[in-house]
Amino acid sequence: MLKENEIKVGDTHSSVLVEDLKRTQIVQYAGASGDYNPLHTDEIFTTQIAGYPSVFAHGMLSMGLTGTMLTDYVGDGALKKYGVRFTNQVWPGDTLTGKATIIEIRQEDDGKVIDLMIETTNQDNVSVITGNATAKIES
Amino acid sequence: MAIDKFLVEASHIMMFARSVGDANPIYHDEEYAKRTDSGGIIAPPTFAQSSAQFDPDYFLRPKIGGEGWFGSGKEATGSKPSKDSGGGGGGGAAMGLHAEQHFEYHMTLKAGDVLTATTKPGNSWEKESKRAGKLKFSESVTEYRNQDGELVITATGVGVQTERAVDS
Repeated sequence: MLKENEIKVGDTHSSVLVEDLKRTQIVQYAGASGDYNPLHTDEIFTTQIAGYPSVFAHGMLSMGLTGTMLTDYVGDGALKKYGVRFTNQVWPGDTLTGKATIIEIRQEDDGKVIDLMIETTNQDNVSVITGNATAKIES
Repeated sequence: MAIDKFLVEASHIMMFARSVGDANPIYHDEEYAKRTDSGGIIAPPTFAQSSAQFDPDYFLRPKIGGEGWFGSGKEATGSKPSKDSGGGGGGGAAMGLHAEQHFEYHMTLKAGDVLTATTKPGNSWEKESKRAGKLKFSESVTEYRNQDGELVITATGVGVQTERAVDS
């Protein structure tokens, strides 16, 4: 868990979430999450029937990858809230970078927390996820 | 959607963490996890989404001996599942996309927990977009409670039905 005297508003943490996203990782996420929507794994269906240029990642895979960056920063079991908007699709071959920025340090009933702004971008610096989180810190 | 029994198991957590590129030992190494504050293996922040595995009616899973499936077999199509048969905590319907997802954590979700989930519809609204035509948004709110009846996670999903495939 982050310590209050070691952080300040404006601090950022960033990491590369995935490089050259493979279709196999999307299949792996489908199996683990149970979301077998063919838009994510069935290239023939997705291009010929649904009209997309290729399969694309589950939004929740992008949120999960971004969550890995987030918990690496704030620590295990520290999150109180985590929410995102899916702003653009993520395609096989994408390289994603996630970033969390501390926007506020404040007191809640049961202790000190930080509010974070979250953004995940692809290799073209296009945002694929924007969001917010709140995490417990040690005071 | 209602889920009577969502078994939160260590092996499922391990597979889920792998799929989101998370090598943190608290998700797969019991000996390590025992020495942490949580005292055991915990679930990654988006793990509740995999409750879909425990929803008997989840419409984005091919059913055994079932009603057909809309992915490609010999032909590039199949029958579409019903739009009304479950939603897995958000994510929209048959040709829908997931627009937003929010989690509120009331307690730490741990391996060994047994959850129930109940989902209620939230707000719905419409919007015009240049990239995909008319957009119909709908919200669903899922409450996950543990074996002691305590609220563990509140998940709010927003699904969107697009008029056509989204231009990239």
